Amino acid sequence: MKLSDLTNHAGEWLRGNGPMSEIVISSRIRLARNVNGFPFLTRCTRHQRQALEHKVRDTILAADLSPEVLYVDLDNAPEMDRQLLVERHLISKPHAGAEGARGVAVAENETLSVMVNEEDHLRIQCLRSGLQLEEAWEQINKVDDRLESALDWSFHPRFGYLTACPTNVGTGIRVSVMLHLPALKLTGEIEKLFRAAKDMRLAVRGLYGEGTEATGDFYQISNQTTLGKPEDEIISDFKHAIVPKIIEWEQHARRTLRDDRTVQLDDKVGRAVGLLRSARLIASEETLLLLSHLRMGVHLGRVKDIDLRTINELFLLTQPAHLQRIQGRKLEGDVRRAVRADYIRQKLGVS
Amino acid sequence: MKCDNCNKNATVHLTEIKGGKKIEKHLCEQCAAQNEGLPVKSHMPINELLTNFVMAHSGLQKETGTGCDQCGITWAEFRQSGLLGCANDYQVFEKDLTPLLQRAHEGMTHHVGKVPTRRGGSGVPMKRQVDLTRLRKELAKAVEAEDYERAAKLRDQIRQAENG
Repeated sequence: MKLSDLTNHAGEWLRGNGPMSEIVISSRIRLARNVNGFPFLTRCTRHQRQALEHKVRDTILAADLSPEVLYVDLDNAPEMDRQLLVERHLISKPHAGAEGARGVAVAENETLSVMVNEEDHLRIQCLRSGLQLEEAWEQINKVDDRLESALDWSFHPRFGYLTACPTNVGTGIRVSVMLHLPALKLTGEIEKLFRAAKDMRLAVRGLYGEGTEATGDFYQISNQTTLGKPEDEIISDFKHAIVPKIIEWEQHARRTLRDDRTVQLDDKVGRAVGLLRSARLIASEETLLLLSHLRMGVHLGRVKDIDLRTINELFLLTQPAHLQRIQGRKLEGDVRRAVRADYIRQKLGVS
Repeated sequence: MKCDNCNKNATVHLTEIKGGKKIEKHLCEQCAAQNEGLPVKSHMPINELLTNFVMAHSGLQKETGTGCDQCGITWAEFRQSGLLGCANDYQVFEKDLTPLLQRAHEGMTHHVGKVPTRRGGSGVPMKRQVDLTRLRKELAKAVEAEDYERAAKLRDQIRQAENG
């Protein structure tokens, strides 16, 4: 499998067919693991870092995780490829921009990725569409077992899985859901989410994780406590308490918009459709915002001729690296904005 | 000038005033340390001297303490970066880490949840992990010094430890 094979479609997690997918875009679980006998990465020599990358890469490729596994050597990958992987949520921004021996393995139709030599030796991640946390846990747990039969994890009876940052120690698990909350944003009720998250010790982040803004009304909610709470309890809290509550708020806000503020809603959605179908130059940030309103309009039945999957794909394929990869050339400034606008019009059925 | 006590060179010169009388003493480092209890350390590198000075005056002295004997990180360095240097640090800094973990994890200090299967009955002893870290560090040094004979030996030892 080659990196270029990924470009022309969205990953499984963006198909928009998972449970509750009108609000829950994706479910993600990641495990932080370190290999015994190597220092953590900030204390590795260049030689140790390379040795570790080789060892982990060989283990992953031999572990038979799926029929096809793509391994990308990020130290030698062009910037655009690294950006492409960030846009697909297969690697983190810091991992793309770091230096030294490091890589990523992508498998199982992009639902599985393993970052090698990120903040920890391994960051295993499972990403699925809609609310599928238990399925993601089942998958990642097996991958962890498989890798552990060949790699000896750093583990301490009291502290659990040892990680470079003590905020991840214990289970090393981060459970997160990507939520699309345009109505809470429009009605100004999004503050409710921030307050609740603070009370429940959850982190709220933007589209691309740590340090990113909530562009396009996407919010990523994740656990912060990793010590003293078993994996299944964290997942169960998300599935049965946290996510249903937020879905309820968003649905309520959407109904309020539809029933009590119909004109305002139709104005927002209509402007989004109009701009997306007629713009000749469009930046990626504006695209995200308009697609967000359009997506809500489709869900509320205000727009009939566009489906959620097309919109989900547009969220991804209009991002800078994807757009350039699809066109097969480097695009900048107005040329890129023009190509983006053409691409959107074509996908939304305007010639 | 010779030391008042022995025949070595005098490098410490003291002037004491006792009962209005001035007493001058000229001592070598050893005698000064023994007789006068003066903590004289010879050939202290200038950067160590400076670090001690800065730490003493910023109330960080406690934190310099001893570093990890595996990766060399000190508590102060960890506080600066937020990242530990190796698995061994969790044991070395266990006492200092505990309140920090409590703050980060809702008061919890003990792991519950998944445990690696290989650590069951036939689990790998903690010792092996420590040995491997040491061996790999030595290997890195040997490679850097282009001592390939030693590097080859160490590589064999690592392989043996990994499989053993």
